[in-house]
Amino acid sequence: MSKLTLKTEGDTHVIVTRRFAAPPEAVYRAHTDPKLVQQWLLGPEGWTMPVCINEARPGGKFRYEWTNDKGGGFYITGEFLELKPYSKIVHVERMHLPDPTPDNHVETTFTPDGSGTLMTMRMTLPDAQTRAAMLATGMERGMEASYVRLENMIGDLVPAAR
Amino acid sequence: MSTLLNLDASFAALADPTRRAILAQLALGEATVMELAKPFKMTQPAISQHLKVLEDAGLIVGRVDGTRRPRRLAKAGIDAMDQWLAMLRKALEKNYDRLDQILGAMESKKHKERKM
Repeated sequence: MSKLTLKTEGDTHVIVTRRFAAPPEAVYRAHTDPKLVQQWLLGPEGWTMPVCINEARPGGKFRYEWTNDKGGGFYITGEFLELKPYSKIVHVERMHLPDPTPDNHVETTFTPDGSGTLMTMRMTLPDAQTRAAMLATGMERGMEASYVRLENMIGDLVPAAR
Repeated sequence: MSTLLNLDASFAALADPTRRAILAQLALGEATVMELAKPFKMTQPAISQHLKVLEDAGLIVGRVDGTRRPRRLAKAGIDAMDQWLAMLRKALEKNYDRLDQILGAMESKKHKERKM
Protein backbone atom coordinates (compact mmCIF):
# COMPACT_ATOMS: atom_id res chain seq x y z
CA MET A 1 0.00 0.00 0.00
CA SER A 2 3.11 2.16 0.05
CA LYS A 3 2.93 5.10 -2.33
CA LEU A 4 6.69 5.21 -2.64
CA THR A 5 8.62 3.47 -5.41
CA LEU A 6 12.35 3.12 -5.76
CA LYS A 7 14.36 1.55 -8.52
CA THR A 8 17.82 1.61 -10.01
CA GLU A 9 18.40 2.49 -13.66
CA GLY A 10 21.57 1.64 -15.58
CA ASP A 11 24.74 1.66 -13.50
CA THR A 12 24.54 5.08 -11.92
CA HIS A 13 20.92 6.15 -11.43
CA VAL A 14 18.39 5.75 -8.64
CA ILE A 15 14.77 6.74 -9.27
CA VAL A 16 12.28 7.47 -6.47
CA THR A 17 8.65 8.36 -7.11
CA ARG A 18 5.87 9.44 -4.74
CA ARG A 19 2.38 10.86 -5.29
CA PHE A 20 0.95 13.73 -3.24
CA ALA A 21 -2.62 14.94 -2.83
CA ALA A 22 -1.63 18.57 -3.39
CA PRO A 23 -0.82 20.62 -6.50
CA PRO A 24 2.80 20.93 -7.76
CA GLU A 25 3.08 24.49 -6.46
CA ALA A 26 2.59 23.34 -2.87
CA VAL A 27 4.90 20.32 -3.18
CA TYR A 28 7.57 22.50 -4.78
CA ARG A 29 7.29 25.06 -1.97
CA ALA A 30 7.61 22.32 0.65
CA HIS A 31 10.92 21.33 -0.98
CA THR A 32 12.36 24.84 -1.21
CA ASP A 33 11.07 26.80 1.82
CA PRO A 34 13.45 25.98 4.73
CA LYS A 35 10.66 26.53 7.29
CA LEU A 36 8.70 23.74 5.61
CA VAL A 37 11.66 21.45 4.80
CA GLN A 38 12.65 21.53 8.46
CA GLN A 39 9.28 20.06 9.42
CA TRP A 40 9.27 16.93 7.28
CA LEU A 41 12.74 15.94 6.06
CA LEU A 42 13.57 14.19 9.32
CA GLY A 43 13.84 10.45 8.73
CA PRO A 44 13.12 8.15 11.67
CA GLU A 45 11.40 9.24 14.91
CA GLY A 46 13.70 11.03 17.32
CA TRP A 47 15.59 13.10 14.74
CA THR A 48 15.33 16.85 14.27
CA MET A 49 16.90 19.33 11.87
CA PRO A 50 18.24 22.21 13.98
CA VAL A 51 20.02 23.78 10.99
CA CYS A 52 18.16 24.22 7.71
CA ILE A 53 19.76 26.71 5.35
CA ASN A 54 18.26 26.75 1.89
CA GLU A 55 19.02 29.44 -0.69
CA ALA A 56 16.61 28.28 -3.35
CA ARG A 57 18.06 30.03 -6.40
CA PRO A 58 20.45 28.82 -9.12
CA GLY A 59 23.93 28.75 -7.57
CA GLY A 60 22.40 28.97 -4.08
CA LYS A 61 23.64 26.66 -1.36
CA PHE A 62 21.87 24.51 1.17
CA ARG A 63 22.93 22.84 4.36
CA TYR A 64 20.79 20.48 6.43
CA GLU A 65 22.00 19.31 9.82
CA TRP A 66 20.30 16.47 11.68
CA THR A 67 20.64 15.44 15.27
CA ASN A 68 18.96 12.91 17.53
CA ASP A 69 18.34 12.78 21.26
CA LYS A 70 21.23 10.32 21.65
CA GLY A 71 23.84 12.86 20.51
CA GLY A 72 24.15 11.47 16.99
CA GLY A 73 24.30 13.72 13.98
CA PHE A 74 25.40 14.32 10.40
CA TYR A 75 24.84 16.91 7.70
CA ILE A 76 24.34 17.37 3.99
CA THR A 77 25.59 20.28 1.90
CA GLY A 78 24.66 21.08 -1.67
CA GLU A 79 24.13 23.62 -4.42
CA PHE A 80 21.14 24.37 -6.60
CA LEU A 81 21.84 24.20 -10.32
CA GLU A 82 18.38 24.88 -11.72
CA LEU A 83 15.00 25.83 -10.27
CA LYS A 84 11.90 25.93 -12.41
CA PRO A 85 8.88 26.91 -10.30
CA TYR A 86 6.88 24.77 -9.70
CA SER A 87 8.00 21.85 -11.79
CA LYS A 88 11.72 21.15 -11.41
CA ILE A 89 14.65 21.34 -9.01
CA VAL A 90 18.17 20.28 -10.00
CA HIS A 91 20.83 20.18 -7.31
CA VAL A 92 23.99 18.38 -6.23
CA GLU A 93 24.47 17.15 -2.69
CA ARG A 94 26.92 15.25 -0.56
CA MET A 95 26.69 13.70 2.87
CA HIS A 96 29.28 14.50 5.53
CA LEU A 97 29.86 11.53 7.79
CA PRO A 98 32.04 13.60 8.48
CA ASP A 99 34.08 12.89 5.32
CA PRO A 100 32.09 14.04 2.28
CA THR A 101 30.65 11.38 -0.02
CA PRO A 102 30.99 11.84 -3.83
CA ASP A 103 28.44 14.26 -5.30
CA ASN A 104 24.95 13.00 -5.91
CA HIS A 105 23.28 14.87 -8.79
CA VAL A 106 19.55 15.02 -8.14
CA GLU A 107 16.82 16.10 -10.53
CA THR A 108 13.39 16.37 -8.92
CA THR A 109 10.32 17.00 -11.06
CA PHE A 110 6.76 17.74 -9.96
CA THR A 111 4.12 16.94 -12.56
CA PRO A 112 0.37 17.44 -12.18
CA ASP A 113 -1.38 14.13 -11.52
CA GLY A 114 -5.13 14.62 -11.38
CA SER A 115 -5.66 17.10 -8.55
CA GLY A 116 -2.34 16.04 -7.05
CA THR A 117 1.33 15.74 -7.96
CA LEU A 118 3.67 13.01 -9.06
CA MET A 119 7.17 13.63 -7.75
CA THR A 120 10.03 11.91 -9.55
CA MET A 121 13.50 12.11 -8.07
CA ARG A 122 16.28 11.00 -10.36
CA MET A 123 19.67 10.64 -8.68
CA THR A 124 22.86 10.26 -10.68
CA LEU A 125 26.03 9.06 -9.00
CA PRO A 126 29.52 9.37 -10.54
CA ASP A 127 29.93 5.61 -11.03
CA ALA A 128 28.49 2.22 -10.16
CA GLN A 129 30.76 1.86 -7.10
CA THR A 130 29.59 5.16 -5.63
CA ARG A 131 25.98 4.24 -6.23
CA ALA A 132 26.52 0.89 -4.55
CA ALA A 133 28.17 2.66 -1.61
CA MET A 134 25.29 5.14 -1.35
CA LEU A 135 22.73 2.39 -1.57
CA ALA A 136 24.62 0.56 1.16
CA THR A 137 24.42 3.56 3.50
CA GLY A 138 21.67 5.03 5.62
CA MET A 139 18.15 5.17 4.40
CA GLU A 140 18.89 4.43 0.77
CA ARG A 141 20.27 1.11 1.87
CA GLY A 142 16.93 0.14 3.23
CA MET A 143 15.09 1.51 0.22
CA GLU A 144 17.25 -0.27 -2.31
CA ALA A 145 17.71 -3.48 -0.38
CA SER A 146 14.01 -3.68 0.23
CA TYR A 147 13.36 -3.08 -3.46
CA VAL A 148 15.94 -5.66 -4.41
CA ARG A 149 14.54 -8.10 -1.92
CA LEU A 150 10.87 -7.62 -2.60
CA GLU A 151 10.94 -7.11 -6.35
CA ASN A 152 13.93 -9.12 -7.52
CA MET A 153 14.31 -11.87 -4.98
CA ILE A 154 10.65 -12.79 -4.93
CA GLY A 155 10.39 -12.05 -8.65
CA ASP A 156 13.39 -14.28 -9.33
CA LEU A 157 11.69 -17.10 -7.54
CA VAL A 158 9.82 -18.20 -10.64
CA PRO A 159 12.74 -18.24 -13.11
CA ALA A 160 15.00 -19.84 -10.49
CA ALA A 161 12.50 -22.61 -9.96
CA ARG A 162 12.43 -23.57 -13.60
CA MET B 1 25.93 -4.11 17.77
CA SER B 2 26.74 -7.62 16.61
CA THR B 3 23.23 -7.79 15.18
CA LEU B 4 23.91 -4.66 13.16
CA LEU B 5 27.21 -6.01 11.85
CA ASN B 6 25.48 -9.20 10.90
CA LEU B 7 22.81 -7.19 9.07
CA ASP B 8 25.55 -5.34 7.18
CA ALA B 9 26.83 -8.72 6.06
CA SER B 10 23.27 -9.62 5.02
CA PHE B 11 23.05 -6.60 2.75
CA ALA B 12 26.48 -7.25 1.25
CA ALA B 13 25.43 -10.83 0.67
CA LEU B 14 22.30 -9.66 -1.15
CA ALA B 15 24.22 -7.27 -3.40
CA ASP B 16 25.14 -10.10 -5.77
CA PRO B 17 22.53 -11.33 -8.27
CA THR B 18 23.82 -14.92 -8.14
CA ARG B 19 23.39 -14.97 -4.37
CA ARG B 20 19.89 -13.50 -4.65
CA ALA B 21 19.03 -16.25 -7.11
CA ILE B 22 20.47 -18.84 -4.73
CA LEU B 23 18.32 -17.47 -1.92
CA ALA B 24 15.29 -17.50 -4.19
CA GLN B 25 15.91 -21.13 -5.00
CA LEU B 26 16.43 -22.03 -1.35
CA ALA B 27 13.11 -20.33 -0.59
CA LEU B 28 11.59 -23.30 -2.43
CA GLY B 29 13.34 -25.80 -0.16
CA GLU B 30 16.60 -27.40 0.85
CA ALA B 31 19.20 -27.93 -1.89
CA THR B 32 22.75 -29.23 -2.31
CA VAL B 33 25.66 -27.37 -3.93
CA MET B 34 25.25 -29.49 -7.05
CA GLU B 35 21.53 -28.70 -7.29
CA LEU B 36 22.20 -25.02 -6.67
CA ALA B 37 24.98 -24.88 -9.29
CA LYS B 38 22.73 -26.31 -12.01
CA PRO B 39 20.93 -23.13 -13.17
CA PHE B 40 24.18 -21.14 -13.27
CA LYS B 41 27.08 -21.40 -15.66
CA MET B 42 29.39 -21.61 -12.67
CA THR B 43 31.69 -24.18 -11.15
CA GLN B 44 30.79 -25.82 -7.83
CA PRO B 45 33.70 -24.09 -6.03
CA ALA B 46 32.37 -20.73 -7.24
CA ILE B 47 28.90 -21.59 -5.93
CA SER B 48 30.44 -22.85 -2.67
CA GLN B 49 32.13 -19.46 -2.27
CA HIS B 50 28.75 -17.71 -2.63
CA LEU B 51 27.22 -20.14 -0.13
CA LYS B 52 29.95 -19.31 2.36
CA VAL B 53 29.15 -15.58 2.07
CA LEU B 54 25.46 -16.32 2.62
CA GLU B 55 26.26 -18.60 5.56
CA ASP B 56 28.58 -16.04 7.19
CA ALA B 57 25.81 -13.46 6.81
CA GLY B 58 23.45 -15.76 8.72
CA LEU B 59 21.08 -16.01 5.79
CA ILE B 60 21.42 -19.73 5.21
CA VAL B 61 22.38 -22.77 7.25
CA GLY B 62 23.67 -26.19 6.26
CA ARG B 63 23.29 -29.63 7.77
CA VAL B 64 25.30 -32.80 7.30
CA ASP B 65 23.54 -35.71 5.61
CA GLY B 66 26.12 -38.40 4.92
CA THR B 67 28.39 -36.95 2.23
CA ARG B 68 25.82 -34.31 1.31
CA ARG B 69 25.59 -30.92 2.97
CA PRO B 70 22.23 -29.48 1.96
CA ARG B 71 21.60 -25.77 2.66
CA ARG B 72 18.38 -24.06 3.60
CA LEU B 73 17.28 -20.52 4.43
CA ALA B 74 17.96 -19.41 8.00
CA LYS B 75 14.66 -18.01 9.20
CA ALA B 76 16.22 -15.86 11.92
CA GLY B 77 18.51 -14.10 9.46
CA ILE B 78 15.73 -13.42 6.98
CA ASP B 79 13.39 -12.21 9.74
CA ALA B 80 15.97 -9.83 11.20
CA MET B 81 16.60 -8.39 7.77
CA ASP B 82 12.88 -7.99 7.10
CA GLN B 83 12.50 -5.98 10.31
CA TRP B 84 15.48 -3.79 9.50
CA LEU B 85 14.24 -3.10 5.98
CA ALA B 86 10.73 -2.38 7.18
CA MET B 87 12.13 0.10 9.69
CA LEU B 88 14.21 1.97 7.13
CA ARG B 89 11.46 2.05 4.57
CA LYS B 90 9.05 3.28 7.20
CA ALA B 91 11.48 6.07 8.07
CA LEU B 92 11.49 7.25 4.48
CA GLU B 93 7.73 6.97 4.15
CA LYS B 94 7.52 8.94 7.40
CA ASN B 95 9.20 11.91 5.70
CA TYR B 96 6.56 11.97 3.02
CA ASP B 97 3.70 11.28 5.43
CA ARG B 98 4.83 14.37 7.34
CA LEU B 99 4.95 16.26 4.05
CA ASP B 100 1.36 15.11 3.32
CA GLN B 101 0.29 16.74 6.62
CA ILE B 102 2.07 19.99 5.77
CA LEU B 103 0.57 20.05 2.29
CA GLY B 104 -2.87 19.46 3.77
CA ALA B 105 -2.40 22.41 6.13
CA MET B 106 -1.15 24.62 3.28
CA GLU B 107 -4.19 23.77 1.16
CA SER B 108 -6.78 24.41 3.87
CA LYS B 109 -5.10 27.73 4.72
CA LYS B 110 -5.30 28.74 1.05
CA HIS B 111 -9.01 27.88 0.89
CA LYS B 112 -9.69 29.95 4.00
CA GLU B 113 -7.84 32.91 2.50
CA ARG B 114 -9.87 32.61 -0.69
CA LYS B 115 -13.11 32.77 1.28
CA MET B 116 -12.09 35.96 3.08
